[in-house]
Amino acid sequence: MTTTTAASADSGERAVPKDSPGAARGPRRPGRIRRIALPYLLLLPALILELLVHLVPMVIGIFMSFKELTQFYIRDWGTAPWSGFDNYKVSVDFSAPVGKALLHSFLVTVGFTLLSVGLCWLIGTAAAIYMQDTFRGRGLLRALFLVPYALPVYAAVITWVFMFQHDNGLVNHVLHDQLHLTDKPSFWLIGDNSFYALLTVSVWKGWPFAFLIVMAGLQNIPGELYEAAALDGAGLWQQLRRITLPSLRPVNQVLVLVLFLWTFNDFNTPFVLFGRTAPEAADLISVHIYQASFVTWNFGTGSAMSVLLLLFLLVVTGVYLLLTSRGRKTADV
Amino acid sequence: MSSTAQTAPRASKAPRSPMAPPRSFLWSRRIFLTLLTGFVLVPVYVMVSSSLKPLADVSGKFRWLPSGLTIRPYIDIWSTVPLARYFVNSLIVAGAATVCSVVIAVFAAYAVSRYSFRGKRVFTVTVLSTQMFPGILFLLPLFLLYVNIGNATGIALFGSRGGLILTYLTFSLPFSIWMLIGYFDSVPRDLDEAALVDGCGPLGALLRVVVPAAIPGIVAVAVYAFMTAWGEVLFASVMTNDTTRTLAVGLQGYSTLNNVYWNQIMAASLVVSVPVVAGFLLLQRYLVAGLTAGAVK
Amino acid sequence: MRRIRAAAAGAVTVSLLTAVTACGGGSSTGGGSNDSPKTLTYWASNQGASIEVDKKVLQPELDKFEKQSGIKVKVEVVPWSDLLNRILTATTSGQGPDVLNIGNTWSASLQATGALLPWDASNFAKIGGKDRFVESALGSTGAQGKDPAAVPLYSMAYALYYNKKMFADAGIAKPPATWDELIADGKKLSKGGKWGLGAEGSNPSENIHHTFVFAKQHGADFFTADGKPDFTSDGTVAAVKQYVDLMAKDKIIAPGNAEYAQNQSVSDFAKGKNAMLLWQSASANLKSQGMSDDAYGIAPVPVQSGTPGTGTNVNSMVAGINLAVFKNSHNLDGATKFVKFMTSDAEQKILNTAYSSIPPVKTAQTDATFNTPANAVLKDTLAKSAAALPQVADESQFETTVGTAVKTLFAAAAAGHAVTTESVKAELEKAQQQMPAK
Repeated sequence: MTTTTAASADSGERAVPKDSPGAARGPRRPGRIRRIALPYLLLLPALILELLVHLVPMVIGIFMSFKELTQFYIRDWGTAPWSGFDNYKVSVDFSAPVGKALLHSFLVTVGFTLLSVGLCWLIGTAAAIYMQDTFRGRGLLRALFLVPYALPVYAAVITWVFMFQHDNGLVNHVLHDQLHLTDKPSFWLIGDNSFYALLTVSVWKGWPFAFLIVMAGLQNIPGELYEAAALDGAGLWQQLRRITLPSLRPVNQVLVLVLFLWTFNDFNTPFVLFGRTAPEAADLISVHIYQASFVTWNFGTGSAMSVLLLLFLLVVTGVYLLLTSRGRKTADV
Repeated sequence: MSSTAQTAPRASKAPRSPMAPPRSFLWSRRIFLTLLTGFVLVPVYVMVSSSLKPLADVSGKFRWLPSGLTIRPYIDIWSTVPLARYFVNSLIVAGAATVCSVVIAVFAAYAVSRYSFRGKRVFTVTVLSTQMFPGILFLLPLFLLYVNIGNATGIALFGSRGGLILTYLTFSLPFSIWMLIGYFDSVPRDLDEAALVDGCGPLGALLRVVVPAAIPGIVAVAVYAFMTAWGEVLFASVMTNDTTRTLAVGLQGYSTLNNVYWNQIMAASLVVSVPVVAGFLLLQRYLVAGLTAGAVK
Repeated sequence: MRRIRAAAAGAVTVSLLTAVTACGGGSSTGGGSNDSPKTLTYWASNQGASIEVDKKVLQPELDKFEKQSGIKVKVEVVPWSDLLNRILTATTSGQGPDVLNIGNTWSASLQATGALLPWDASNFAKIGGKDRFVESALGSTGAQGKDPAAVPLYSMAYALYYNKKMFADAGIAKPPATWDELIADGKKLSKGGKWGLGAEGSNPSENIHHTFVFAKQHGADFFTADGKPDFTSDGTVAAVKQYVDLMAKDKIIAPGNAEYAQNQSVSDFAKGKNAMLLWQSASANLKSQGMSDDAYGIAPVPVQSGTPGTGTNVNSMVAGINLAVFKNSHNLDGATKFVKFMTSDAEQKILNTAYSSIPPVKTAQTDATFNTPANAVLKDTLAKSAAALPQVADESQFETTVGTAVKTLFAAAAAGHAVTTESVKAELEKAQQQMPAK
């Protein structure tokens, strides 16, 4: 593969100087055919790779969702019988167990995502606003706050697994042994509490990203705005409401969307936290689909579920962008 | 150039309000930041302290302070699983994916930022929309694709580091392109126009003018790409074998043992985290600057 | 010059697209060959204390094989967490190892994919005949009436491991032979932070192995004779309830065990936190954790009443590892030779000793190594009172759904919720509905 990348990267790179040997033209000026070709050549490597790794496999995945791809056919899945919309019917038949389980998992995921994104945004924004002014130790604190985001997912989540252990974990030690909040040690990785465990880990890992983005966004707010507001006698709270939050709107638009998509599709966190069969209370859709395909060997139904998930995300993203992006530059999408 | 000039004053920008903040604000800030620091630090403390504890300390009730310190776990981790090999694999995979991803993203973002052409919007929307694909949807198809490419061309993609590099670089590509488009847009066009007048080709303008001016953005993108590749579990677990396994998968080796050696797990987690966290913290200044000028404006 | 570049880029695109379209038609193409007679790839399962230990055990043997046959075997020890996924992806793509270890309970499921070489009479003849293997081990190599999909490699059986000192301290003279005795003993032992029995509540496979035996003892089966799932009969419900009740009602299993899935109960036993453990071939494992052989005793797993035997007195599953050949292998002859080597008397002795399992090869079993008291119990169980898990194509789905149902019940028990016949039945009902409809 390295050869492929090298070759395609190469073609993009070398094509450029050949394009206008010594010509001193502005890049935006309309020109001859080779000038038209240049942007496409620059895009080519990215395009080929996206095609190869994302789009073509996605098309194959959609193709698979119309097949009866169980263990009897996976060896030669070209010969697997077409099943029409059967896989989809099974997935959305909410009165039958498979559909019911999918719906449950979907609702859990929606609830989890909303809470996680909300908390990440809230904590990240609050921290960024509190740290807008300089004070002693601000740089250190900022570095510290970015640590959860910088840690590799596996290392961070496995640490939480250790902390959530029933017998030798820190969480039970603090809540039960030291603070006596519970009358007996709780379970965090199985049963109903697993939802809160998952949420905690997700927020812990995710809020620094919101913090980082909002912090960057705050730096773009001109200081004069605050000075003017202060002269008008606006207090801190009013400055926050009248200047800071409105100025952050475009930043938040992208931030919330990105957080939403990442959280909704997150596989690594629940997988490392719970293993391949997640407890019902924390049965996120990504792990659910993984289980539907890899653990029960029904890749057709698994693909159908993924396609449904993709459609849902497309609709949500589309509606979200429509509702929020009025007046935004299109080029920034 | 221009953007470093732009960001320099920002970094040391004046407090937003000339008035001293009221006491209540200071107190709420103190409380909030203290609580948050605790929340952030506790797992880090657990990781560090547990990695220095003897096995008995991590198997019994949790204790804040170790009964004795030992560096034994740090010695053992290298022999229980071939950690060194996984480390090298991860470095190669994440490093190569980062370099390729950045180079490709720079070209693509330059094209989108500086040229208007048919299909531009389709391209940006399509590339960005790949962010919403559930990984599970294309895990198996991608695997099949790699195998078939291997059969047809003799290029071994599956099971090789190359296949993994290819996969990871496309994971970070959409976000990188999007961020760099924003960053390049903030580099004044007059600069590359001037370079073109001086006799540089478009590539010369890109390499000599735009790229140097966009260093913070490029570093930010590189950091993001590296982190994405360093921590990925799902694709690595299916697409690697014994010789090409990466850290994220290899670390699971510590829990398939007969005993759960939490102290070794924590030590190994720490060892694999140090390079990324250190790099991240060193470069975070760029990251903020890059995001400020690029993604969030 | 620029044209050449463009052409090169175009060529890359075209070749990619060709590959893509080639893919649409499906992948693997039928049988194997003998194209590369000098090498073999072998996926071993993780049998020893760690993957590194396994490599140390296997490598000298593979070197021996290379000396004998001139075939170089590249071994990869695949962790259990990845093994089934790796086999599945190998099956789907046709790109797999030549020879591989499979959990014997997967035999029928993998057989149904058609990816494994069937062991018909002529193939068996190449490795010395079917008669060399123990009957019970052959019972776990695929669906009845079909040629086995794999050959038995290591055999294991469940036994009751008990801590001699803790038994003596509690005034218990001999290990329990029935469940009532086990519960009574367990209650005596469960005090002061110690517990009677250990369990792996979050490990679906362990849960299946135990509930399967309980079901047998209640005269029930999880599948009907024609292979349809039947999870909710009175017998199976009673079986699952009896197992979970060891924690929920009898309280001889520590609630914390409900989240165990990584053999923590074995460590607990080695550390003296649990007095008893139901496990397969734990000796090597316990030794590696510093528990000496004379600190514990080994007895047959209890039954409802009477002594272990067949029918309702089954007290173990036939546990073990099978060796399979991938049909797509490019070195079928070499693969068969390698299977012959691995199942030879000499190798069987060496490998089964290293992994404290029992050889499924009759002639190797008679060796003195396998006649220690500990091994005698296991051998006896395998020979007289072990039953094979259902050899049906849906076995792996069964393990997942029912194993997870039991995990959920353990979680409920651990949290202090009541476990009733109704709640057990509801969970099993849900599990059954998730099975593929046919």
